[in-house]
Amino acid sequence: MIIASNVSKKFGRLKALDNVSVKLLRGECVALIGPNGSGKTTFIKSLLGMVVPDHGFITFNEKNILHDWNYRSRIGYMPQIGRYPDNMSIGQVLNMMKDIRKMKSSETDDELIEAFELNKMAHKRMRTLSGGTRQKVSASLAFLFNPDVLILDEPTAGLDPVAAEILKQKIIREKQKNKLIMITSHVLSELDEMVTEVMYMQDGQCRFHKKVDVLRAETSEDRLTRVMASIISKM
Amino acid sequence: MGGPVTMKKIFIVLLCCLIFKTGSTAILKVGKGMPYTTIKSALQAAVDGDVIYVYPGLYQEQNIIIDKRITLKGVQFPTLDGEKKYEVLSIKAHGVWVEGLRVIRSGVSSIKDMGGIKVYDANDVTIQNNILEETFFGIYIQYGSRCNILRNRVYSSQKTEQQSGNGIHAWKSDSLQISGNLIQGHRDGIYLEFATHSNITENISEGNLRYGLHFMFSHDNHYYANVFSDNGAGVAVMYSQRVEMRYNVFKDNWGDAAYGLLLKEMSDCKIENNHFQKNTVGIYLEGASRISMKENNFELNGWAMKLMASCMDVNVTRCNFLSNTFDVGTNGSLVLNHFKNNYWDKYEGYDLNRNGEGDVPYRPVSLFSMVIEKNPPAMILIRSFMATLLDRTEKMIPTITPENLKDESPMMKPLKL
Amino acid sequence: MQKILKYVIIDILRNKIVIGYTLFLLAITMSIFNLEDQSTKGLLSLLNIILIVVPLVCILFSAIYVYNSSEFIELLVSQPIKRSTILLSMFTGLSFSMVVAFLIGTGIPILLFEPTSTGITMMGMGVLLTLIFVSVALLTAVYARDKAKGIGWVILLWLYFSLLFDGLILFILYQFSDYPLEKAMVGVSALNPIDLSRILVLLKMDVSAMMGYTGAIFRNFFGTQYGFWIAIAVMLMWAFIPLFITLRKFKRKDL
Repeated sequence: MIIASNVSKKFGRLKALDNVSVKLLRGECVALIGPNGSGKTTFIKSLLGMVVPDHGFITFNEKNILHDWNYRSRIGYMPQIGRYPDNMSIGQVLNMMKDIRKMKSSETDDELIEAFELNKMAHKRMRTLSGGTRQKVSASLAFLFNPDVLILDEPTAGLDPVAAEILKQKIIREKQKNKLIMITSHVLSELDEMVTEVMYMQDGQCRFHKKVDVLRAETSEDRLTRVMASIISKM
Repeated sequence: MGGPVTMKKIFIVLLCCLIFKTGSTAILKVGKGMPYTTIKSALQAAVDGDVIYVYPGLYQEQNIIIDKRITLKGVQFPTLDGEKKYEVLSIKAHGVWVEGLRVIRSGVSSIKDMGGIKVYDANDVTIQNNILEETFFGIYIQYGSRCNILRNRVYSSQKTEQQSGNGIHAWKSDSLQISGNLIQGHRDGIYLEFATHSNITENISEGNLRYGLHFMFSHDNHYYANVFSDNGAGVAVMYSQRVEMRYNVFKDNWGDAAYGLLLKEMSDCKIENNHFQKNTVGIYLEGASRISMKENNFELNGWAMKLMASCMDVNVTRCNFLSNTFDVGTNGSLVLNHFKNNYWDKYEGYDLNRNGEGDVPYRPVSLFSMVIEKNPPAMILIRSFMATLLDRTEKMIPTITPENLKDESPMMKPLKL
Repeated sequence: MQKILKYVIIDILRNKIVIGYTLFLLAITMSIFNLEDQSTKGLLSLLNIILIVVPLVCILFSAIYVYNSSEFIELLVSQPIKRSTILLSMFTGLSFSMVVAFLIGTGIPILLFEPTSTGITMMGMGVLLTLIFVSVALLTAVYARDKAKGIGWVILLWLYFSLLFDGLILFILYQFSDYPLEKAMVGVSALNPIDLSRILVLLKMDVSAMMGYTGAIFRNFFGTQYGFWIAIAVMLMWAFIPLFITLRKFKRKDL
């Protein structure tokens, strides 16, 4: 579904992405793992067209995303830190997004909005919100339009345990709908039940991209945390 | 009741004299079906004191010379045509009276200075209520005294300065009265050289190629209530003394070298109660001395006044300076002229003792006008933020603008002029 | 485009600065026309407002608005919307609001008190300067990532256009006063839209002075129909070339 070919990006001298080639398919749930500053967020932003690669290209359903902006209607994105216009209220932001995406209220997936009870605080201005509430808004927006692809950057960071659990369950449900889901997270333990693949990045390079089952077999470990620890120690 | 009776008596006596006089003069009529068919033949038959009436028609009689003291009167403007070859009317006798003619198409010659009506060495000539069209010179007085040129309309549509003459031209003449004429489209509207003791009043001189009024070496003349507008270079007066100019209007003279009024080497003149409006330069003074400028109104000019350093004792008092781009321009730092009690719309001082006069002096020369004087392309910066800042600083600490050029007691309110 | 534009305009209006700007202009213009007994003097003060205040407010407000909307822009960029649509909506929204503010604040009083060719020219120039400085502000904001840096740049640019450029010209004129620079000055004036609009207004207002020798060169060029339209075309270029560069940069900008 998404293919990145030899994608490179430099920020000044820093090589944020170094020749990354990867193939992501429908039905996969990919964990994007790597140390801080390894290029995870840059890679995600490249997929969304927010960062334009210096070299290489990315295709979405065999179309180069550089010339096609409409593919983003099929992606739900939850940023690491959700930033919204300060003066708008939650309700206004939700309505504006629906308006822009040209989707009627009846067609949207309001499950998370209801679960997080955002309707009750729809009048609150974005600038008054706590980090956790913002994350709830981000998560709701990502799922709102029932997209084929979900890109979630540190989805549970800042969420309280209850909300984190709601989100996790939602991700698992969506995965079963044969969608492509990409998650970055530092908390490997919470990924265990969800992910089918692991993409490991370091210094802007994609070190490996394998199925979780294969990794488990290679390391003869069961839990993802242990699997990763074992692999990294050998590298 | 004695007063009116005496008046009536005098009037009757006068009337009798008049009847007696006309009784002695013959009336000669010129026109189709009249005793005379040509003006020339009538002139030949006439003797001093006769009156020739010219009836409507076209008279192409080459150069008509009047050498007798007669009156030549047109009835409903008969047309005298010079066919672009001849001078139309030449007056060579004293006391001739010419009235009500339409004189057109005189010959063009720069050597002979051909005119529509030209007076040669004759005194007491009156030329009034004539229409002159497309003549080279319109009315030309040469060595004339006590001549009256009244209420004539002199039109021309001349194209180049070299190939054109003046509307009313006087040379070496004295005691002329030039009043109520309308002059358009000549080289100079009114031109005087060595013409003295004359009154030039209530004329309108507009749309001429060069000057509306131009005089040189013409002393002791009075110019009242004339309008000079839209002339190529405005009005220029030079090398004359004791000239008075009052209640005239100088306006709409625009151009590279156009001046509402240009004074060069003039002395002992009075320039009062005039209006200078929308001229590139309202009044330009060079080598002028002992000039009194009182109660003039300067409005919407590029420069209200350009006062060259060669001037002395020019006294500018009780004038209004309104909406001019620059009030006063000058070229040097030596100032021997005086400004007093003028109203300057750019004045920003105060009047604490409430006597109607500002308590701090006004400096009418802005730094920026000095800059432009030295460096014309700087005009591009006119009215820019930069120019304003420069002017402000200069007003506080004068360094380049002449220290002494100032109005010590400017008026707080515009004068009613 | 329309939808984004709608949200941009709603957002700008929610920001009360534009309303304040309108009222400020209205108050100043009305007081100028009511206090000055001579309309020429009033027009002169108005000219200074148009040449100094309008560019400053437009460039500052637009730049600050773009920086403050970085979240909004980021949000939009991750959505299925063309980047050019986002930027053009920003430009259109900003210029529309600023032009409307200017027309209400200054245009209406001009039409009421001074519906002369000078007044109308001033109005036109105010509108053009608004477009130009919104455009320049966007350019700066897209190039300078840091808000403080960007606002610094914007103020510097304003200072350059309204003061430093003219100082430079004066300096050059004095340094090269032996050379005939009149014709060159016509070209140089095209490098600064504020100068250009000032000259166009002055050709109407200070017509007497401009008719003189010193003003001849400007009159001969800008005073003609041909020159006037060239000047307008240059002004429009000043608005649209920065916008075009901004657009190109913004399309490839990393957010």
